[in-house]
Amino acid sequence: MDYVSSIKEATVSNASKVVVVTSGKGGVGKTTTSANIATGIALQGKKTVAIDFDVGLRNLDLVMGCERRVVYDFVNVIRNEAKLQQSLIRDKRVENLYVLPASQTRDKDALDAEGVGRVINELKEMGFEYIICDSPAGIEKGAQMAMYFADEAIVVTNPEVSSVRDSDRVLGLLAAKTSRAELGGPGIRTHLLLTRYSPAMVKRGEMLSVADVLELLGIPLLGVIPESKAVLQSSNKGTPAILDETTDVAQAYLDVVYRYLGEERQHRFIEEQKRGFFGRLFG
Amino acid sequence: MKFLEYFRRAPKSATLAKDRLSIIVARERAGTHATPDYLPQLQQELLAVIARYEKIDLTHVTVNLDKSGGCEVLELNIQLPDPPAAPSRPTHPAVA
Repeated sequence: MDYVSSIKEATVSNASKVVVVTSGKGGVGKTTTSANIATGIALQGKKTVAIDFDVGLRNLDLVMGCERRVVYDFVNVIRNEAKLQQSLIRDKRVENLYVLPASQTRDKDALDAEGVGRVINELKEMGFEYIICDSPAGIEKGAQMAMYFADEAIVVTNPEVSSVRDSDRVLGLLAAKTSRAELGGPGIRTHLLLTRYSPAMVKRGEMLSVADVLELLGIPLLGVIPESKAVLQSSNKGTPAILDETTDVAQAYLDVVYRYLGEERQHRFIEEQKRGFFGRLFG
Repeated sequence: MKFLEYFRRAPKSATLAKDRLSIIVARERAGTHATPDYLPQLQQELLAVIARYEKIDLTHVTVNLDKSGGCEVLELNIQLPDPPAAPSRPTHPAVA
């Protein structure tokens, strides 16, 4: 299939959604978010795949706990060295959930629009309803390939100056450097996911608030994920946090998934948990 | 002394962050659409021309592209060096 028709097919199909999880800045929670949202959507019975676009620095496999089952990877499929079915890893906990790992030995130049478009089309033909693209940090080739075929973008942002600035830059790229932008059709839908949020610090005036970030970036809010130890603990174990419903992070990600799938959910974790007078005095 | 902090005014670093971001984000948004990347070279070449007539350095020439409404303004600011101070006449005591 030639380049242009691969773009058109990847863009036109409505049965499945290609979602890029991106941010510009590193370490803000793209991989954590990709793992949790993919898991959450699959829990709702939708056939979902998470693709790791971070060629050379793959980590989605580790966060999702399938690192020992990687045989073939995304780049092998692009280069026709392996079949897509061979490189897809089926999650052992959640039905309908698959991971397409990145290559650890190549670099980001191994990705090209023609190859990526072909793999995404093939995933659509296999009946995947949600294709979650975990973008690498930065705005270079890897990040551009991750966003190129996307229908929607989840922009992961921390309430912190460098992250907000980088997110704004990425929003500029999403508006210009995607197949949707190039074909001149409806643009990519963008959603803001504010992670590592600390309502207590916001209350003290030590952290940008949700309202501040929304005003600066001007895109709709998908959700707020509170700063929590549960994120590290779940990546230690290789179990996405959303699977342990007792934590606030799991609740927050579940809200995000329901909201994303069209259910009305009130935003939580924006206000500080109430503490008593003594708690504030000696806390 | 947590209870003392309770009475002190909270530092509002978040306000600072927001103010700084509003400025930089607005500037970069304008930049990605409008600012041509020849500005630094234009600055260098202007400097070369001016240097033929006046002794100035790079920091005294600034080139800016501003957008106000639908109108773009190329602003060129050349700061000429202060005129050399008139050589002050030495005030020698009159030689007898």
